[in-house]
Amino acid sequence: MNTMNPNIVNETATTETRAVSAADTDISHADNGYGETVGKPFTDNPKFALRDVEVYYGDTQAIKGISLDIRKNQVISFIGPSGCGKSTFLRCLNRMNDSIDSCRVKGRLELDGQDIYDRKRDVVELRARVGMVFQKPNPFPKSIYDNVAYGPRIHGLANRKSELDDIVENSLKKAGLWAEVKDRLDSPGTGLSGGQQQRLCIARAIAVSPEVVLMDEPCSALDPIATARIEELISELSESYTIIIVTHSMQQAARVSHRTAYFHLGHLIEVNETNKVFTSPQHELTESYITGRFG
Amino acid sequence: MKKEKDDVYGDHISHQFNDDLSALKSDFLKMGGMVEEQLNNAVIALIDSDGNLADEVRAKDKVVDRLEIELDEEATRIIARRQPAARDLRLVISVIKMVADLERVGDEAKKIAKFALSLAAEGQAPRGYVEVRHIANLVSVMLNDALDAFARLDSEQALRIMKEDKRVDEEYQAATRTLVTFMMEDARNISRCMSVMWVLRALERVGDHACNLAEHVIFMVKGEDVRHTPVEEAEKIVGR
Repeated sequence: MNTMNPNIVNETATTETRAVSAADTDISHADNGYGETVGKPFTDNPKFALRDVEVYYGDTQAIKGISLDIRKNQVISFIGPSGCGKSTFLRCLNRMNDSIDSCRVKGRLELDGQDIYDRKRDVVELRARVGMVFQKPNPFPKSIYDNVAYGPRIHGLANRKSELDDIVENSLKKAGLWAEVKDRLDSPGTGLSGGQQQRLCIARAIAVSPEVVLMDEPCSALDPIATARIEELISELSESYTIIIVTHSMQQAARVSHRTAYFHLGHLIEVNETNKVFTSPQHELTESYITGRFG
Repeated sequence: MKKEKDDVYGDHISHQFNDDLSALKSDFLKMGGMVEEQLNNAVIALIDSDGNLADEVRAKDKVVDRLEIELDEEATRIIARRQPAARDLRLVISVIKMVADLERVGDEAKKIAKFALSLAAEGQAPRGYVEVRHIANLVSVMLNDALDAFARLDSEQALRIMKEDKRVDEEYQAATRTLVTFMMEDARNISRCMSVMWVLRALERVGDHACNLAEHVIFMVKGEDVRHTPVEEAEKIVGR
């Protein structure tokens, strides 16, 4: 296993973070007081198969046994009140939590049937396959061109300048930014507007041809027009990428995602088709949250 | 069986949203009450040959029409301003649809009042009024029960109304046959009997509208659309 890219030596995966196999996690999840996840947590053709995932920050358990499939080339939204664990859970999927010393991840997390937390797994390769876009646009203090070209360069995806030019152009086009920046690729990325910066970050994320894009509240710092552009982009990208989006905007989740997962205090309460969740949720907590009865 | 809460539209973080939804609900029930009264008055006007009451019913239909527009506006405003979801959304959507049914019931009452006037003008011995009274009672109870089921979010009662509609259809068939025999007995009865047939037809339609209301109540409570589904299927959904 994990021989997808034999050119990369697996040495980076020895951090504090570790995963144990499912056999080691015999903690009962039935007594969490919230019962089993309702709806349809499992799908056919899963990109991610996640089973009994638990995350601890020191002694505090942030994720309390979540099992979920994420279907290929679909958009899934994670919603829930602040502190419910949705971002923590998202960050498990490309091992962003590795950088937090006190963080431990348990359970079985598989990408295309391969363990994400395998000790031999190359994290850099994983993150090239599972890209991420953050809440605040964070372009590098470099030119627009270099922002997008950075990933392909370090991953050696282009042999010639013209190839790199193509990657940059295509990525910017896919991110819907090309028309606005094609005449000023050398100007700094930080000089763009907030919405443009976020699209630049999306272009940067997709430049390395990831299979999955994780988005952690990608629109919360943007105005409605920039938000609409990003949402439009999400639906377009979903044709070729698997997209997982954490959002505080329930309308956004309703607009962009095929499936919606509702988190509450570290539990996955309900997962179902978005239409179902927003018209007739099955769990009372989901109902209360999306109708604005608590937050 | 999960027990429905008394005031499920309360407890929003936004009190204004609570108020908006409660107002929508109570305005709908107000319109329902008015339509019920219209129907009952139209039937009384017919049976008692009360021309004044029939005129009153016809005039008051305009108020019903106005309420329909007001309620639609109210519901549209809530969607635009609050983007309701889940059971709030189902309430608002159901109200928009049920308002149309209530308005149609109002129209049927107006139609009955019109026949009440023409039949009173002819002034002959009533034929088929027993049947009218009987079916009117049935559908009036159905309408009342449907509004009740809406107010209390009682899907089981709504299901009973759906079943009751079948009975109304049967009674309507039977009444039609009776009236046909009256017409065969004496050709001079035909014109009058035709009018009474139209009244029966209007009442049967009221039963259908009450049944529609009941279906929407089940949708509101259970989140499943039971229109155009067999009663047995609806029964399973309500039983969940």
